Amino acid sequence: MEFTQLSLYDQAILLLAAIVLFTSFIMLAQPRIVPLIHAFAWQGVLLAVTTALVAYVTNNPHLYISAGLNLALKALLIPWMLHRLAVRLNIHRDMEVVKYPSLTLLAGASLVVFSYYVAIPIVQLSALVTRNAIAISIAVILLGMLLMITRKKAISQVIGFMSIENGLFFAAVVSTFGMPMVVELGVAFDVLVAAVLFGVFFFQMRESIDSLDVDRLNRLREVDE
Amino acid sequence: MTAVWLILLIPLFGIGVMALIGHTRVAGWVNVVLSAVSFAVSVWLALIVYADGPLLSVSRMLYIDAFNVYLVTLTAFVGLTTAIFSRPYMQHEVETRQIGKGRMRLYHSMYQGFMFAMQAALTTNNVGILWVAMEGATLATVLLVSLYRTPEAVEAAWKYFVLCGVGIAQALFGTVLLFFAAERVAPTRDDALLWNVLYGAASQLEPTVLTLSFVFLLVGYGTKVGLVPLHNWLPDAHSEGPTPMSAILSGLLLNVALYALVRVKMLVDGSLESNLAGHLMMGFGLLSFMVAGLFLHRQRDIKRMFSYSSIEHMGLMTFAFGIGGPIATFGALLHMTVHSLTKSAIFVTVGHASQIAGTQAIEKIRGLIRTQPTVGWGLLIGTVAIAGFPPFGVFVSEFLVLVATMKSWPWLTVPLLVGLAIAFAGLFRHIHPMVYGDPPEGQVPVRANMLPVMIQLGFVLWLGIAVPVFLSKWFEQATVLISGSSPL
Repeated sequence: MEFTQLSLYDQAILLLAAIVLFTSFIMLAQPRIVPLIHAFAWQGVLLAVTTALVAYVTNNPHLYISAGLNLALKALLIPWMLHRLAVRLNIHRDMEVVKYPSLTLLAGASLVVFSYYVAIPIVQLSALVTRNAIAISIAVILLGMLLMITRKKAISQVIGFMSIENGLFFAAVVSTFGMPMVVELGVAFDVLVAAVLFGVFFFQMRESIDSLDVDRLNRLREVDE
Repeated sequence: MTAVWLILLIPLFGIGVMALIGHTRVAGWVNVVLSAVSFAVSVWLALIVYADGPLLSVSRMLYIDAFNVYLVTLTAFVGLTTAIFSRPYMQHEVETRQIGKGRMRLYHSMYQGFMFAMQAALTTNNVGILWVAMEGATLATVLLVSLYRTPEAVEAAWKYFVLCGVGIAQALFGTVLLFFAAERVAPTRDDALLWNVLYGAASQLEPTVLTLSFVFLLVGYGTKVGLVPLHNWLPDAHSEGPTPMSAILSGLLLNVALYALVRVKMLVDGSLESNLAGHLMMGFGLLSFMVAGLFLHRQRDIKRMFSYSSIEHMGLMTFAFGIGGPIATFGALLHMTVHSLTKSAIFVTVGHASQIAGTQAIEKIRGLIRTQPTVGWGLLIGTVAIAGFPPFGVFVSEFLVLVATMKSWPWLTVPLLVGLAIAFAGLFRHIHPMVYGDPPEGQVPVRANMLPVMIQLGFVLWLGIAVPVFLSKWFEQATVLISGSSPL
């Protein structure tokens, strides 16, 4: 099926999915802390917009609540908290050293291809839009993991972690029009608590190892010294 | 039905109350009382289910059957014995490590929070809420792992948080895929994640989607079970946190994660009509069993050593649930029980042993039997039990698993027996000098309450000699639920 033959709604969803994926790549390539937080916030905004669009077109009013929750949590509250922590811990001007940036991005691109491969079994089952959406959400999850692997600062790892959650949320909204409300509220609660705990951890880490470099957390290991 | 709600409400109430009690001595006692009440209620609930069969709450939020009710009781029981141990132990820690009152409030509050998350995961009827509760259990315990605020503790807690968080995110994706498949067959959208609805409609679920979903769920919950190669967080979190935490993490959290995995396996089995899920679990289980047994040999920290032993046993249970026949399933259920009881008893004893020696380093702990015979004997008997010696329950369950393996996969008996021997040697080369060696100068006994340990090991012994009728009937009902046929 050609892209132009799809309904306007499907086209809009695909476009938004593409931009969500793009923000993941921006995060992967962004070495500075504050722009990284901003890219994450934009991803949250895009998710909220997607959710609201799905809610409007498919006439699922409960999705408006998820859209609102998502906007409040992922686009405003968590980025604001991270930003404030970065300023208070005086790391907001830090540059992260990303080793082999082009290689990382290439790895990201191949992860996207891999995600489409994983989603093949679902192809026979559903419309084009869902297939793309599931593939892209798997890609966002994997890119989040890649972000966590390539970064050394705790704060970047937290952003990778949260963007994995974004991928999950995207999958739930686009392929199934959101999970049942109780579950969504529960997940949102967990994400919020996790964000607060991460904040607490930054201070504990700074107190105990005097740094927020995860590389310095290397005392526990299996090798005999 | 009241009993089910009480099981959840008591620890929920506990979170609030314990956050307010600043006096550590009083808080320790209140913790014991709350845990005792929880245990009493769980016994009441177990009796109801024993008499009347499965229960579904009116709102269909909670579902209790033979499989989860015995885990509810076990969780409440180990929660109680660990609370009894925790009271004098944490008092000692407060005196020696300078832990502030705020942190002790956090500790007690989150102890109840963890119990709440465990019971919620066990009793819920909603596969989505099951995920939320599993993540909640991580969130409740992560600050307890870093309670001592040493660099090691913070590192362990960070690893625990990040690895388990990322791992369990995979399980959420698996749940989304499950919902995607279920939405087509369930009567309404809100029903599509309810376990009893899913179980009834399992044969109509789309097999390809469910296969993909199970892979994600296996990786996700498998991280929490501690399956190799997703186990890296486990030895760190168990060794650096306070010992009561190690006891309930090892004795309860791993069980509940495995429970979640088995629940989704039941759905996948209904849909696929092949044992693909079982084969995956067998592979991961056997790998964990072998690798953890080898790692036992090179440990220098006593709590790390026993956490590898936990990985080994969780691997064995996963393997047994993977084989899937009635005998293997019965063995796995029994093993879940005896492992929880034995391992939490061992961690309690290890806690006392490391307080006596003032360190957790294996080479510095010596001559426990001469310094404090109860602790020394407790450690020795616990280790004998966990290594699978005949009079104890672990032997019976391991024997059942071996028999089932011989029946369906004869060649796999060899790695199983080799693995058991390796693990046995790994445990005893370390335990022997700790128990019998010469005590260092000036080593004095500590205040220790060994009663819970004795009770738990007594139960394990009892289960090894004769499984009581009501318990075997429970296990049988649960086995029929999981594997479809009865072992007896």
